[in-house]
Amino acid sequence: MAYKHLGKDFLPHDVVAKVTGEAKYAEDFRVEGMVFARLLNSPFPHARIRSLDTSEALKMPGVLGILTADDVKNPPAPEQALLTNEPVYVGDPVLLVAAESETLAQDAIEKIKIDWEPLPFHVDALQSLHPDRPNARSDGNVGAGGVEFQTLKWTKEDFAAAAPGQMPMGKAAQEWAFGDLEATFAKCKLVYDESFVHGSNSHHSMEPRSAMAYWQNGKCFLHVSSQSQSFIVPALAGMIGIPPTDLHVIAEFCGGGFGSKGGAYALQALPALMSRKIGRPVMMRISRAEEYYNGSARNGFQGRVKLGFGENGKLLAADLYIVQENGGYNSFPDFRNAADALSMVYQPEAMRWRGMPVHGNSIRRSAQRGPGYNQLVHIIEPLLDKAARELKVDRLAIRLLNAPETRSPVGAKRTPVASCYLKDALAKGATQFKWDERKKLSGQRTGSKVIGVGMGQAYHPAGFNGFDGLLRIAPDGKLFIHSGVGNLGTFSHSSTSRVAAEVLKMDWDDCVVIRGDSRKHLPWNIGQFGSNTNYTMTRTNFVAATDAVNKLKEIAAKQFGGSPEGYEIDGKRVFSKASPGTGMTYAQAAQRAMQLGGKFDGHELPADINPMTKASATALAGTGLIGVAKDKLPLDGAIAAYAVGFVEIELDLETGKYRILDYVGVADCGTVIHPAGLETQIKSGAIQGFGVAGLERIVYDPQNGLPASVGFYQAKPPTYGDIAQLMQVSGVDKPDPTGALGTKGIGEPLLGCAAAALLCAISDALGGHVFNRTPVMPDMILNHAAGRSPSHRPLQVNCQ
Amino acid sequence: MADFKGIPLIESSEPAEGVARRLSRREFIKRVIASGAVASSASFMVGGMAGCTPRRAAVAGSVERLLSLNVNGQLRRVDVLPQETLAMTLRYKLGLTGTKLSCDRAECGACTVMIDDVTVYACSTLTHSVRARKVVTIEGLRGPNGELHPVQQAFVEELSPQCGFCTPGQVVAAVALLKKNPKPTREQARHAMSGNLCRCGAYDNYLNGIMRACGNTAEISHGV
Repeated sequence: MAYKHLGKDFLPHDVVAKVTGEAKYAEDFRVEGMVFARLLNSPFPHARIRSLDTSEALKMPGVLGILTADDVKNPPAPEQALLTNEPVYVGDPVLLVAAESETLAQDAIEKIKIDWEPLPFHVDALQSLHPDRPNARSDGNVGAGGVEFQTLKWTKEDFAAAAPGQMPMGKAAQEWAFGDLEATFAKCKLVYDESFVHGSNSHHSMEPRSAMAYWQNGKCFLHVSSQSQSFIVPALAGMIGIPPTDLHVIAEFCGGGFGSKGGAYALQALPALMSRKIGRPVMMRISRAEEYYNGSARNGFQGRVKLGFGENGKLLAADLYIVQENGGYNSFPDFRNAADALSMVYQPEAMRWRGMPVHGNSIRRSAQRGPGYNQLVHIIEPLLDKAARELKVDRLAIRLLNAPETRSPVGAKRTPVASCYLKDALAKGATQFKWDERKKLSGQRTGSKVIGVGMGQAYHPAGFNGFDGLLRIAPDGKLFIHSGVGNLGTFSHSSTSRVAAEVLKMDWDDCVVIRGDSRKHLPWNIGQFGSNTNYTMTRTNFVAATDAVNKLKEIAAKQFGGSPEGYEIDGKRVFSKASPGTGMTYAQAAQRAMQLGGKFDGHELPADINPMTKASATALAGTGLIGVAKDKLPLDGAIAAYAVGFVEIELDLETGKYRILDYVGVADCGTVIHPAGLETQIKSGAIQGFGVAGLERIVYDPQNGLPASVGFYQAKPPTYGDIAQLMQVSGVDKPDPTGALGTKGIGEPLLGCAAAALLCAISDALGGHVFNRTPVMPDMILNHAAGRSPSHRPLQVNCQ
Repeated sequence: MADFKGIPLIESSEPAEGVARRLSRREFIKRVIASGAVASSASFMVGGMAGCTPRRAAVAGSVERLLSLNVNGQLRRVDVLPQETLAMTLRYKLGLTGTKLSCDRAECGACTVMIDDVTVYACSTLTHSVRARKVVTIEGLRGPNGELHPVQQAFVEELSPQCGFCTPGQVVAAVALLKKNPKPTREQARHAMSGNLCRCGAYDNYLNGIMRACGNTAEISHGV
């Protein structure tokens, strides 16, 4: 279908500000009388404060106030504490000092006397499940991502039952199953039982999570680094202890989040609390090192998977157990998402999943691009290649054989997916990559260098419904599209707003996207995370624009007679179908709406919209024609996005290093609404995937619980030097039947498929050796190539 | 010229003798230590913030001196502490917040500015060391009528930025590259830009932007 806007490139309104330095991030704001605050972060992985003496610090001239755990209302455990008297990782914020200058605040921290009682800790989730080993928290050791907070240990017998190097499997906190597992394994031709590790890695957002707050007339103004705009307001207001209507969040730009800034987080609230306490605007800068202490990282996995294949390579049965290390506080259900990914991408006939989210005394974990869904394919894709080799099936063929289709079921509930074109993506990528020719290069050796080729697949849910759309046709005929989604850097705040222009048939030059500041009267929208923006926001803009179209027609019918159905729009005018000369411009209709009042100009609002949308629409009432509605469009099935990647590498067996020569990425994201945006996401998602697969890791000193990766150079994200020489991208471009105008999300799987492809290519270059560990670091490659044993113990985590 | 532990403190219009044109990281650290800025044993020390507050509270052991800086072609007179970094002076005293701080330790390039047409990390450059030298920041790249610099224009057209936080540094680094090498190959640009991290991973788009800006259109690669 030909669209006026969708599928076409445009100039996003915020890109010029980004290249000129005019884009303002949280730390770029200044307010008269602004002072600085510094955190005292826990120096211990787990400890309790016996006594705290801040008197000397408070006596220092220029020191304005100290906020401690006793001054804040912490949420119930194991939610992240705002400030704590019992920190559970090195870097856990203990107290905040405000002073006239930042150095002074830091000097004051030096004067604070704390009598610490060090408590037992661990940096290995699996070990901590042993009955004789300590827990990370004194009030429980298991619980995150929807699992009840509890104490749950395995028995010594559970540990003894595992063979050396094999993961023990005691009682799980949560599990599900479908099919007859035992009988299905019994009929398998090939069965693997593999233990694996997936490391943690930092989000590495370029903008540290600095924040600045001040209060005026009882309202809090908060400049934060956030992926999301409207979505964080209620939770953040809750942390500050005020009604959401008293909180103004300014988050026009966000210097990277990748999941870590999707929801409200404690560090956003602290400057607001301090500012209220001392009556001054407060800037709290977070340093790069602090990002590695009190920032966040992806959940780490220790796991075991049993896979049973038929003779042709079909995955028949799967039994997955994941122990998730989720840091000291609540985290994301990666351990459960991983099971959905296995059930989705490989479609086993029978499957069991068991999960165990375990607290550890290490950096806070939160969602990171493809939380769980991606870790799963990083582990399984190389094993799929192993099976293909053993069963003498082509690696593309085994994927096509197992791949889901539209209406294939996902997860324990066997929910069908609304659309799936993974097979199309595989076929398209294989053609573009020339898989049949390239696979012959596999293992080709020149001196110490050997060629490896691989492909990877990934899946992620890709949309929600039930949020609100809000827009206004001003009396001059311009369209103002209010978006509360946030600005992650994907330009989707605008590409999804273009749906409203599409429905109203308007020129993009006549449209303005309003966003970035809750004072701008924004609707209730979900945050910008989880590959959902395209789907969710095109729906909200679709329903709001449809509401506006209906109102235009009603106004015309009132003016010129007849029924609204007798009228049509063309982007500038609403006119009679029978007599196109009879009609009025959008500008005239908007002016008429203001005269008519009621629902037309926002004085009467739908009963089912969110209070935030209602407040915003009420504020706009009387200023034009208001289009406002809640997304109640039908949603049949789970919304799912898929991506595939193909990669060729040249691996040096003498150094363990490799060069990525070529990358092909294909996305199944429904209708492509912004080709340039999709291109940059496929390429850059792949680059992040290369980092997860082969560069980034988090290292902890097991003796003292100290993080060793506290700088870019110690936990290196990909640089210009690590990218593929050539990157090719494309979209399947087949519409999702349930999405407004056929589009769905795509962000997360673009990382997973590339990481999996790279891991498969490394394995391919090494003659099929599977490490069962991510990331694969050069020393692991080197040790393997030299026939040496690895430098880490089996299942060891947070190590080099 | 008066000298305080190797750091010239008195305002001078002449380039300081012995100040290396390109200050090494080692040299920078030596100077900061000499200035007493790292006397604290804090685990999470932030350098260069002393005195950077609207109220200018006196900070023990530090004295501000008035300097004249040439920033974006303008003479800017500013009080500067001995241990103050150029990034902090630009951001907190001259209102030039386009220069970003991401690592504050010469790892990422978000604070890249040009000193006499050569890129430096402003987070690791002492403001005192750039007296009477030509400082150009992201804010100084637009043309006389506000038009975008060709690199900025090309980055817009190639949709190079994503989150945008590293972008000012990427722009400045690319401008400096084209001053030195007006028509680099894609591979040369990749090497020249390797001091600038982009966590979004938009490297390919930045390289396309540079290829467009320098007219090397044959090496623009969309790979579609």
